Amino acid sequence: MFSSLGYSESPLFEQFRRLEQQFDELFGAWTPAGGGIRSLPAGTFPAINVASNPDSVIVYVFAPGIDAKSLEISLEENVLSVSGQRDIPVEQSATHYRQERFAGAFRRVIVLPEDVDPDKVEAAYRDGIVQITVQRHAVAKPRLIEIH
Amino acid sequence: MNGPAEVMGNRGTGRVEQSWRSPSTEAALRPAVDIYETGEGIVLQADVPGVAKERLNLRVEGNNLIVEGSIGIAPQEQMTALYADVRSTVYRRSFALSNELEADRIDANLKDGLLTVRIPKRADLRARRIEVTS
Repeated sequence: MFSSLGYSESPLFEQFRRLEQQFDELFGAWTPAGGGIRSLPAGTFPAINVASNPDSVIVYVFAPGIDAKSLEISLEENVLSVSGQRDIPVEQSATHYRQERFAGAFRRVIVLPEDVDPDKVEAAYRDGIVQITVQRHAVAKPRLIEIH
Repeated sequence: MNGPAEVMGNRGTGRVEQSWRSPSTEAALRPAVDIYETGEGIVLQADVPGVAKERLNLRVEGNNLIVEGSIGIAPQEQMTALYADVRSTVYRRSFALSNELEADRIDANLKDGLLTVRIPKRADLRARRIEVTS
């Protein structure tokens, strides 16, 4: 729970953990809803949900209390990466009972279905969720074939 | 609800007891929180991404401060979940308030999915500096 605070882990360990996480996401994360063997440990920041319909894929990034301008979102082919920074000012004079909230830089990489169109992406930040909508190529949509 | 609440602001030890889930709260998400105490009172910050002001239900029941809220995401047509870290749309967590806190003067603010709750201490119990005279 406290690993994100960094006072018990060295920066190297933290980097290694992130790398491992990104490998997991790149090569193994394409699990259907229900959770697979490679699903990330609970509490990874930011949490991500992905939903799709025949027209688009929507990625929800649960990143409360950040400056939306600090977010960097990029889509290369069908690999989406979201990175940013969450600063939590710490009151030095206060007595701290709990520090569970993630602080610092974050980055998540997620593989989207192959038919997404990297040129048609929109992102919006509302109530602490970044919603990224990517259109899918028209060819991939199932067509109804009429019988005359 | 009202499973055992986490104890908040018990002075002296700084110990905060872990709550556990009762069956009725199984599906709720437990928001991550930071809690700290200053001279004026206790500040609680909770991550509740996706919760808008009108979907937040912050209340005091007896001795407990209850943080509850639901995620409002505009429904899209025919959406199928492909991947989900977040598997519930409801947040819930409760904290036991100790009696030196003024529950009726709680101030709360919600911005970008971050809830900040300030609970003042009773004025007569605030820490006073004790001068040492020789």
